[in-house]
Amino acid sequence: MSRTSDTPFDRAEALRAAGKRPPRATVGSHVDREEVFGRMFDGNVVKRLWSYVSPYRKLVFISIAAVLVFTATQLALPLVIRYAIDTGMAAGDPHPGALAWAGVAFAIVILINFAASYVQENVVGRAAENMLFDLRRAMFEHLQHISLSFMDKTEVGRLMSRLQGDVSSMQEFLENSVLSIGDIVLLIGIVCVMLALNVWLGLLTLVVIPVLFVVRIVWLPRARVAFMAAHEANSITNGALAEAINGVRAVQGMDRQRVNATLYDDKARYNLETHLKSARYAQLMVPVVDTLTGIAMAVVIVGGGTMITTGTLDVGVMVAFIFYIQRFFDPIRSLTLQYSVMQRAMASGQRILEVMDVPVSVTDKPDAKVLPADNDGSVDFENVTFGYDPKRPVLKNVSFRVNPGETVALVGPTGSGKSSAMALVHRFYDVQHGTVRVGGHDVRDLTQESLGRQVAMVLQEPFLFTGTVFENVRYNNDAATREEVRRACEAVGAHDFVMALPDGYDTQLSQGGGSLSLGQRQLLSFARALIADSKLLVLDEATANIDSYTELQIQKALERLLEGRTGLVIAHRLATIRGADRIIVLREGEVVETGTHGELMRLNGMYAKLYSLNYASFDDAARELAAMSGT
Amino acid sequence: MSGEARSDALKLNSPRAATPDSWREGFGVIARILRLTFEHPWQVTFAIGGAMVAAILQLMIPKLLGHAVDQTQAIVDGGGVTRASLWVTAALLLVVSVLRGGFTMVQNYFAEAVGHHVAYRLRLSYYEKIQRLSFSFHDQVHSGDLITVGMLDLEGVRMFFSTGFVRAAFLAMMIGIGAFLLLTTNFVLGLLALSFVPFVAWRSSAARLKLRAAWLTLQEWLGVLTRAMDENLSGIRVVRAFAAQRHEMAKFDKLSQHTLGLQYERIGIRVRNTSMMTFSFFIAMGLVLLVGGQKVIAGEITVGTLTSFLAFMTILQLPVRQLGMMVNSFARASTCGARLFEVLDLNDEIGEAGDAPELAVGDGTLEFEAVDFAYPAAPDKPVLKGISFTAHRGQTIGIVGPPGSGKTSVASLLPRFYDVTGGSIRIDGRDIRSVALASLRRAVGVVQQDSFLFTTTIENNIAYGDPWAEGATIERASESAQLHTYIKNLPQGYSTLVGERGVSLSGGQRQRLSIARILMLKPPFIVFDDSTAAIDAATEQRIRAEMREVAGDSVTLIIAHRLSSLKHADEILFLEDGEVVERGTHDELIALGGRYKALSDLQGQPDDADLEDTKDDRDVENERHAVRQG
Repeated sequence: MSRTSDTPFDRAEALRAAGKRPPRATVGSHVDREEVFGRMFDGNVVKRLWSYVSPYRKLVFISIAAVLVFTATQLALPLVIRYAIDTGMAAGDPHPGALAWAGVAFAIVILINFAASYVQENVVGRAAENMLFDLRRAMFEHLQHISLSFMDKTEVGRLMSRLQGDVSSMQEFLENSVLSIGDIVLLIGIVCVMLALNVWLGLLTLVVIPVLFVVRIVWLPRARVAFMAAHEANSITNGALAEAINGVRAVQGMDRQRVNATLYDDKARYNLETHLKSARYAQLMVPVVDTLTGIAMAVVIVGGGTMITTGTLDVGVMVAFIFYIQRFFDPIRSLTLQYSVMQRAMASGQRILEVMDVPVSVTDKPDAKVLPADNDGSVDFENVTFGYDPKRPVLKNVSFRVNPGETVALVGPTGSGKSSAMALVHRFYDVQHGTVRVGGHDVRDLTQESLGRQVAMVLQEPFLFTGTVFENVRYNNDAATREEVRRACEAVGAHDFVMALPDGYDTQLSQGGGSLSLGQRQLLSFARALIADSKLLVLDEATANIDSYTELQIQKALERLLEGRTGLVIAHRLATIRGADRIIVLREGEVVETGTHGELMRLNGMYAKLYSLNYASFDDAARELAAMSGT
Repeated sequence: MSGEARSDALKLNSPRAATPDSWREGFGVIARILRLTFEHPWQVTFAIGGAMVAAILQLMIPKLLGHAVDQTQAIVDGGGVTRASLWVTAALLLVVSVLRGGFTMVQNYFAEAVGHHVAYRLRLSYYEKIQRLSFSFHDQVHSGDLITVGMLDLEGVRMFFSTGFVRAAFLAMMIGIGAFLLLTTNFVLGLLALSFVPFVAWRSSAARLKLRAAWLTLQEWLGVLTRAMDENLSGIRVVRAFAAQRHEMAKFDKLSQHTLGLQYERIGIRVRNTSMMTFSFFIAMGLVLLVGGQKVIAGEITVGTLTSFLAFMTILQLPVRQLGMMVNSFARASTCGARLFEVLDLNDEIGEAGDAPELAVGDGTLEFEAVDFAYPAAPDKPVLKGISFTAHRGQTIGIVGPPGSGKTSVASLLPRFYDVTGGSIRIDGRDIRSVALASLRRAVGVVQQDSFLFTTTIENNIAYGDPWAEGATIERASESAQLHTYIKNLPQGYSTLVGERGVSLSGGQRQRLSIARILMLKPPFIVFDDSTAAIDAATEQRIRAEMREVAGDSVTLIIAHRLSSLKHADEILFLEDGEVVERGTHDELIALGGRYKALSDLQGQPDDADLEDTKDDRDVENERHAVRQG
């Protein structure tokens, strides 16, 4: 098996040298582009989001008032200067004391300016932060209650970008809106003052404003395309980098470094080019604005100068004009930028409202009762029909009872409705027909909180939160002491490995307990259920592959967990099924057989057939059986 | 701005590596960034030259305005000045404005361009570095931290030239020449006009640095908040199962309130400083107006001179305020650069001599001789002790043992993901450390425990090791790996997109995909690193049978905890605490009645276990789907 020179790698080398790229190689991927810009103005969005602004409307009004005062002071300063020049320093006969008065006026104006700018920025910043806080909280709280089937269908990343990106673009919008009001007022103010000082000179100078508007309107859409392209190229390049980092072991294992570097170079180069292009677009506006400013100043000098020599204008007015010209391009620039901010905010608002509009599927009745801690822990399904889509029921007229202290195994192929039955005990969903009772109470008459506290649940995938082992085990049960946590861990056989962790029970688990093995995480989730100390335990057995040593530990822990409790177990492993008091066999949403292992074997029905296939996992046996009967 | 989000995110081997902790170190980083930028000398020249000319042109504008005012005054006074001279001044002003715009554009564009070119180079170096750094590096450094270094820290370095360096040149020109012009025109008035500069420069720099610190803390807390929300949503079933919504909201509120407090603090710092800076500027302006006015009345200066002083001040104001941004850019570049360069300067731990020969596989004999190994992160915890075995072409070695016995480490040593700490591994008698690394990795195919899916089509994923492969080769490999039927029945077949944004595959399907990846390459050495655990026994047997056909003369190393996977191996090593405690064929080990036998009993009757099936639900779902489609 010696390698000759004609390996794929040598071929690759030759082609790469010739500037060719492997046909099947890519790095990174294109990003899903979300609608970044919405309509310019969406009345519905604004109306609904106003309810988050309205608690702070006082602050908003204060800051608008402050902005107006601030703008007024900016307009007033050149006038004070004009007064000082024309009255205080009038050639020949300066008005005595006028200069002093101008100084006083100047001092007053800048004090007001100081106060107004302080109030405005502070208040608007705080109002926007508060709104952001409330909006995010409302969305997050809503997500805690909306239907799980929505949560299953939606990527967490997508929801996170609602909670962060979209919320902050709303905040940016609010913060900028108040400032835009100032800009608009400033612009109008400058125009009015200039016209009031001298109509003709004013009109002459202001000719440049519409020119700038037109230029920007032509420029903006093109520039935006370039900006977006640069932005997108950046995400793509960064995506490829992230992929290389996350998949580095596969990359090195298959010796793809060189191919990838070539491909990444293509992306990075494209990124460079789009950024240079967008920089060209951005900088294009600089000489335009400067040229227009130059024209305006030249107009003032020639026009104003001529008027002064003919005695129709004072020098001070000309100076004031010069100061106004320095200022009046700023509002136009920020106003056109605000346009994009507003469009972005509308798109974000739309998406936020989409989340808020997902209905809450399950709510407590107004007179909901608390499920007492001393309930008997029984479970009753009475003629239950349920489907995520009511037209396609997953459970059809299912009835069964789990008596206090009994362990019942739910068995059946994937899609038989086991998981749905489990979700109904917890009232994750409401049934369409029939009744589910826990401890003798219809779950719809109980508060969800008390139901959650009295029914312990272990999910198939053990999930741990960032925090210490101790905090994870006593999750949502702040009353649990360290002693109790330790005992629970001992009971399920987790104590030893917890003690072996660097800080024992105080070890911080990061990234969902990634440093622990799957088996260890499973044991901790058992301990968590044990701490809840409820009469009823609902458990979905893990199907994931676990080595034989760990499996033995888990089996022991499970026995300990079910001791003295009512147990409803979605069972996958034979050992668990054999250990149950009773077995319920589900098939396509219906109960087909019920009984003990012995009884069901004697019955010689579906269960017996499944069992005779001698699979370690029952689900697959059932699948095999279906395939056999099909052929 | 968010580039410096984590002050100590990248904790490599020394904790001090996070930020340059001395001025000298900081300057070292800045100097290195500058060296990189000066690799583009023309663009740097244009940027800095543009900045200087733009600054001078900018300073001419107030002068011209003042001159124009004086000219009109002179015309009124009849001092022999004609109106035509006004036209000249106006035209001059227009030309200067246009030129200023042009040079500012040149300055800005080239400053940006230099930054982007530097970023491009750094991006490539970083990418190549990351790909080459050893497994032990990647074991120790969180991938998220590496991503942020490559994205945000790189950004901090990129921005340095335009927002830090060129701005500094521009400011130095502006303030220097501006001060000279003002002070020579009228010393007292010049002093008054410039009086706001030191104050604003100081405030703005101090505020920026303070804001930066506040920003870093805020980012850290926002990170915590993000993680809390992310976890809540990922674990929403646990939250609901324990009816812990209130608990979760309390957690959220606590974090959220805290970040709100930090935001207030940040707003406070910003507002206090901007208001103060504006105020001090206006005070200076008021003084110039007052004192200058008296001087006009006294006839010491003209109204035009006063106007030019006031206009100077307006023009100086903005750049002086931006001093803070410049200082910030220096601070940011030095920390970001320190983190970035730290990674770039790392040595590849798995080294090779520059002239290491290519590995030429002849006999294909693999020898482990008294191999000791400890992970670089924990050198005093030996993972493997004195492992020896020999495998000839076509042979299979099985390795089994309890969790933590060192099985997986064996798999990582052969392709030199790590280097042995004692003993040696030889191929045809040649130490693997003496051959070119790339040739070794091509000769050794490792089917890894978690198979990483790249975001591309299934066929490109299979062809990952040989992106020039023909479609037929790919299909053949996927047939051998028992994946072909499943893929064929997907609506888009081999072109189906998988990975992060594509169809999700079950554990078993992913494992079969990585087997196909390796089988396609037909390497002379194949290592299965516990990589059939999610494949049912029957399918696994079919794969093994195929393998005997397509890779019959390879040496195969199987690491597994399911005994049925390695029952047929020529030799099985039972590892415990890094040592071989039992070895022999399956029958010999059963007969021995030791640990292997005990494990075998634990797993049930080994013969029935051939049928053991551990596919997960998704497998079933997918296959059903495939059947329905078929």
